[in-house]
Amino acid sequence: MCRIGAIKSLNYVHPSQALLLMQSQQKGHDNSGFAMVMHDLGGIFESYKHLPTLSLACTDEGLKVAEDILHAAGFSRVLQWVPETNDQPGLDINAMPNYVFETFDYPKHYRKAEQKEKEELLLDMRLKLRRALEKDEMGFVYSFWPDVVTLKEIGDPRDIGTYFNLWEPDNKFTARVITAQCRQNTNYDIVRYAAHPFFLQGYTALANGENTFYLKNVEAQRKMHRGYIGFESDSQCFLYTLHYVHRELGWPLRYYKHVITPLPFEDIERREDKDQLLAIRQSLAHLEINGPNTIIGVLPDNTLFTCCDAKKLRPVVVGRSADTVVISSEVCGINEVLPDRDWETDIYPHEREIVAVDSNLEVQRWRQ
Amino acid sequence: METMKVQNVTPNDLPWKIRYDASRCTLCGSCVAACSFRAIEPKVERRRMVFSESEFPEPKQRFSAVPVIRQAHSIKNYCRGCGICEKVCPNDAIGPQRNIDTRHPIVTRCLGGDSIKRGGRKNLEATTRTLDKLRVGRISQMTDPSLDAQRHTFDLLAPFGRILPPKKLPFGVGPEGLLESKDQAPPVRWIYPVIIGDMSIGALSWRMWEAVAMATAYLNEECGLPVRMCSGEGGMPVRLLKSRYLKYMILQIASGHFGWNRIAKAMPHMTEDPAGVLIKIGQGAKPGDGGLLMAQKVAEHIQSIRGVPKADLLSPPNHQGLYSIEESVQKMFLSFNAAFKFRVPVAIKVAASATSVSVFNNLVRDPYNIVGGFFLDGIDGGTGAAHEVSLDHTGHPIVSKLRDCYLAAVTQGRQGQIPLWAAGGLGKTGDLAADAFKMMCLGANGVFTGKLILQMAGCVGNDMGRCNACNTGLCPVGITTQEPALVHRLDPEKVAQNIVNYFLAMDQEFKKLMAPIGNSSLPVGRSDALISTDKAVAERLQIQYVC
Ligand code: SF4
Ligand code: SF4
Repeated sequence: MCRIGAIKSLNYVHPSQALLLMQSQQKGHDNSGFAMVMHDLGGIFESYKHLPTLSLACTDEGLKVAEDILHAAGFSRVLQWVPETNDQPGLDINAMPNYVFETFDYPKHYRKAEQKEKEELLLDMRLKLRRALEKDEMGFVYSFWPDVVTLKEIGDPRDIGTYFNLWEPDNKFTARVITAQCRQNTNYDIVRYAAHPFFLQGYTALANGENTFYLKNVEAQRKMHRGYIGFESDSQCFLYTLHYVHRELGWPLRYYKHVITPLPFEDIERREDKDQLLAIRQSLAHLEINGPNTIIGVLPDNTLFTCCDAKKLRPVVVGRSADTVVISSEVCGINEVLPDRDWETDIYPHEREIVAVDSNLEVQRWRQ
Repeated sequence: METMKVQNVTPNDLPWKIRYDASRCTLCGSCVAACSFRAIEPKVERRRMVFSESEFPEPKQRFSAVPVIRQAHSIKNYCRGCGICEKVCPNDAIGPQRNIDTRHPIVTRCLGGDSIKRGGRKNLEATTRTLDKLRVGRISQMTDPSLDAQRHTFDLLAPFGRILPPKKLPFGVGPEGLLESKDQAPPVRWIYPVIIGDMSIGALSWRMWEAVAMATAYLNEECGLPVRMCSGEGGMPVRLLKSRYLKYMILQIASGHFGWNRIAKAMPHMTEDPAGVLIKIGQGAKPGDGGLLMAQKVAEHIQSIRGVPKADLLSPPNHQGLYSIEESVQKMFLSFNAAFKFRVPVAIKVAASATSVSVFNNLVRDPYNIVGGFFLDGIDGGTGAAHEVSLDHTGHPIVSKLRDCYLAAVTQGRQGQIPLWAAGGLGKTGDLAADAFKMMCLGANGVFTGKLILQMAGCVGNDMGRCNACNTGLCPVGITTQEPALVHRLDPEKVAQNIVNYFLAMDQEFKKLMAPIGNSSLPVGRSDALISTDKAVAERLQIQYVC
């Protein structure tokens, strides 16, 4: 069973917290991998928030190909950070030769471009890199976006933590939002891309559970946006729907839930906004999801949210202290990270709501 | 002695032979009276009887005239194998038997100089149907629990109407952060995924048509199932047009435009909008062929509803003036949409054929947003009269055609925008829920059915050539006839009850199929839920092959 978790704090948090959060739920996952996305970066990346950072796992050759492509496109590197790895014998990890985080400045003619234009460029570059590195598995490009880094590995999460020296907190590699999952994908082939969280243009989503409408979702999403590719995991669809509803359609986040788990017709009939809800339900029928799952997501403005399937078949808890909010599949994860919080204020999201946490850590609950 | 000619038709030339046991027959006359085809007649035979009157056998013979029942030796009054005689005989003295040596297709054409016509059933049943080679194979298990069919609530509704692509929804975000509609969207009705298919008043007896209408109203008002019924071509009684029941009816306009005069005239008096309009371009039972209502069936009330004299009523194979999808259909859609002020969804029905996907592809682009549904009709269905040669030798089965249309929509990223409805032999084994469910998994939003409704009413016809006399106006059970004596054989209340009960059972069965795959809404496009043990079928439909 997948276990997922997320931390959002007013302070910069080190990934060791995310490892702890996941570690305590160890009985619930199968030690087949660890992955995380960090938004709102601190440490060495703090002063480069406006510039895109590439998260790449690759061979030596892959690194060269990727850099050549970016340079040819006019990107210039301003920062490179290669985590110091601790390749001690006996670790259960299936690492790539290189793990590289590089921050780039935009090509000259883009520097004055509209935000939107830059965002499209970044997506196109990532897609291009991914295609180029696919050959012989030269590399995996997880994200190329300002203020975001991604790390994914196959192996035992504990050992992955050791390998990347993530157990020892420091202030070089931190973020205000960290989402993480412990497990490789089991529904399809075990490939690096398949590990949650998934990222696209500032949006991150991770889920535990199953999407029985996977085929329907994929068939619809493939045609919706050039960035909707891969589909290595059935829950990747959750990300694309989030991106589509929030960014492409420009609808407020609360409508995400109406798209993925629409209200029954009977309930819609009783609503004042039934015209809108019905229109959403019928026009986006193929983005509906089915099956038990909990979704955690991050928006480009770093809002963190969670919601569940309409039958509430997978658990999730939200716990908070004055400066930190933690979302986790199991409450033991939160206990580990926030031992002194008032657990009576923990939120167990309802099957028909979205719980969202904005950058001031204000918690909003939208009933569907 | 009569002169016998070897060319004369005898029962052995006909498709059915009457088994008659004179020793059991009490000559009550029931069978002769009941046979609507006059396929049996009383006859007097001169019989020899040997008897003895003395103590010792002293055989003598006597000739006497005795009445018997005989099969008519005529290609006009041939036995259809309907078995009504057997049903009414108190002594089990009579019944039809299939004659495998029949010369019917040859002698009928030779003697009549005309094509054979019959009710719309296919007689080419050789193998198992494609649908029977499919099974629901994706059963939810531990990671994804199946549902409890008894306690869980299910959303068993399908769209009828043009569904806008998400980016075309007329939405804006209001000050409260809520979506607000800025404009009107095309009408969409969410209805039960099984529509009672288009069978006209005229094709059906008035009692049958009324029974179906009654069942529809009951299902809606008492059972909470929003089932819709399609009028078929030929219009409707004005009383119904003005009644509140109109909202359960889909009005059909076919190429003959029969009955539309009355509908148009009734428009100002309508208190409810109809459920929809269905423009029939083609049909699956006799694709490329027009409608054919024989004069025998054009009774007085049909004449007045349709505004026609008593004559063979032929609908042309296509709407006159419709020669291109782009112009004609759109023009027509516009006019019907406009007639009901764009409040009523308008759909189109075509025959499954090699070109149906092209038609669909064209419609899917629909710049006016007015195509409210694509009804695809495959062979294997139908009630109407047709030339046997069309029935038996033209058209496509429905399953792969439906699948092709769905996948064409997927390729364009437009699935669901024009709801797909499919028909053609669905429910022919009696299990409509299973057939409909599989069709939905393959991409249909819903199905429509006609023939099965007849079977619910007590039709004795089958796909093995029994009865199929719907065109003659002599339907032995009163379903497809306007002969008062025959119509009175049908008990409309009983028919309505059967239909209602069948739908209730089917509704349960839908849930029993949705529960194991963990779906609480209809499984449209969930081809991953299907498997096939037939490799060719699996490949053609792009579903999982298992063995
Ligand atoms: S089977 Fe039908 S058609 Fe044939 S003799 Fe009996 S009643 Fe008449
Ligand atoms: S019983 Fe009536 S409806 Fe059925 S096949 Fe015979 S004529 Fe047609």
